[in-house]
Amino acid sequence: MSEVKKIATRESYGNALVEMGAEYPNLVVLDADLAAATKTGVFKKVYPDRHIDCGIAECNMTGIGAGLATTGKIPFISTFAMFAAGRAFEQVRNSIGYPHLNVKIGATHAGITVGEDGASHQCNEDIALMRTIPGMVVISPSDDIEAKAAVRAAMEYDGPMYLRFGRAAVPVINDNPEYKFEIGKGVLLREGSDLTIIANGICVSESLAAAEKLAEENISVRVINIHTIKPLDEEIVIKAAKETGKIVTVEEHSVIGGLGSAVCDVVCAKAPVPVYKIGMQDVFGESGSAGALVKKYELDAEGIYRQIKSFLA
Amino acid sequence: MNNLELSKKANEVRKSIVTAVHSAKAGHPGGSLSAADLFTYLYFEEMNIDPQDPKKENRDRFVLSKGHVAPGLYSVLAHRGYFPVEDLKTLRHLGSYLQGHPDMKHIPGVDMSSGSLGQGLSAAVGMALSAKMDGKDYRTYALCGDGEIQEGQIWEAAMFAGHRKLDNLVVIVDNNGLQIDGKIDDVCSPYPIDKKFEAFNFHVINISAHDFDEMRAAFKEAKETKGMPTAIVMHSVKGKGVSFMENQAAWHGTAPNDDQYAVAMEDLEKVGAAICQK
Repeated sequence: MSEVKKIATRESYGNALVEMGAEYPNLVVLDADLAAATKTGVFKKVYPDRHIDCGIAECNMTGIGAGLATTGKIPFISTFAMFAAGRAFEQVRNSIGYPHLNVKIGATHAGITVGEDGASHQCNEDIALMRTIPGMVVISPSDDIEAKAAVRAAMEYDGPMYLRFGRAAVPVINDNPEYKFEIGKGVLLREGSDLTIIANGICVSESLAAAEKLAEENISVRVINIHTIKPLDEEIVIKAAKETGKIVTVEEHSVIGGLGSAVCDVVCAKAPVPVYKIGMQDVFGESGSAGALVKKYELDAEGIYRQIKSFLA
Repeated sequence: MNNLELSKKANEVRKSIVTAVHSAKAGHPGGSLSAADLFTYLYFEEMNIDPQDPKKENRDRFVLSKGHVAPGLYSVLAHRGYFPVEDLKTLRHLGSYLQGHPDMKHIPGVDMSSGSLGQGLSAAVGMALSAKMDGKDYRTYALCGDGEIQEGQIWEAAMFAGHRKLDNLVVIVDNNGLQIDGKIDDVCSPYPIDKKFEAFNFHVINISAHDFDEMRAAFKEAKETKGMPTAIVMHSVKGKGVSFMENQAAWHGTAPNDDQYAVAMEDLEKVGAAICQK
């Protein structure tokens, strides 16, 4: 593989917002003192009157977003996943989810690749929390191209949506003319017949590399990118289960309640096959560089490869 | 409406509150009754609204941050013509659109879903902020409970409203002094309420919750106040109008049985008769 461009999806988030600013005058961006980190600062610079810094008060920011949405604004409320989905969970549920308001939650710094800040800021539970809210769309894009497409799709979709972005730069993998983003539609990235890897977020590129390594041993691995955890693309999952007989899910999230669980929900009921869930195995993270953490918690290509080998053994 | 008409209307609203909660066999009569005069004043006198067009763009907004007193809000909405008064008897029944707590998706005239304490004020702040951003002149009103302001989010919202100088926002605190576990100053005192809002850069007015002259003057003052939001701390009687409910924390969230309902309605009939003699 030639040298690939790397960009953090939080950068894509900020860039997409500023790109859409002129087109959508009702787009407003809210922050809780983290605009520099959520990368919405670029929007603030161009549209200062449409950027609202709520201070360090995520629950209030969530409610203000709800109130703005009742008046026809389309708010993107931005903070770390830990606070967006964790601290403000009940505000998201009751002030946004229950009235089904058109608020977009841009959650950055998700998962362990937050890195050095450590476990207090590494949210591995957000997908699990958000997907339990009726009517909430949950998306975890895999790269810059997909992240920007997801933000645009969020803008054009009427209803609450949770968008998950990362802190660390990740390879651009969807840079091809056929790429098309559709909410709730999985993307087949690699054909295979022995096993299917279903991944999202930063784990997609690592999964592709793991599949490559397995191919060297004549293990044919299908790789599917499920950027939308809810609503889940059931069709692509069922097809994979039936055609490859085994599924491995890979996510930078707890194996409890995330993509793996969502896939199991479908597979259990409609096409029972063994599913192995790779992710954070019910543990907190710790301080370290993103790269070192991904390696330690076996979310890199090598770790995914090893876990798949033992699953197949 | 003059004060006499407002008093009569408020008494009808109180009867509907008691009737709705009795029919539901559950709900929150105490705080609904303490705020009944306020609901009446807002919907019959103060707010720019149109029951025929509940979602009119430039309407004034109301957020019931203390969402559990939904029977009070629903009663005034019904009497104002948003939906039939008769429907109040379906409150909390399976299949009714009159949910236990305000549901903006299904109830005409409800501007924000609420019920989980502490959250409504933030939404009201968002509405007021939106008006400021777009140069619209609608006003936003939020009613909080005096127990509710124990929630930290209220003060996050207050800090933001004060900081942003949202003079198109009025926060009303229903200071009936009681919450489920007893007196608010025994449980976890929020006093002094007025000084706290002042410290958050609000213009603060103390009034009686059962005096329409004071209410009229306070809302006029709020409208004239520029550069800061207004908080009206209204001193009220929980369960106001029903003898055995007045000042009783036990009637925060309990429905009257048939006998109690008969006494309550008798009480309110007497109040009504006394008003008519004025």
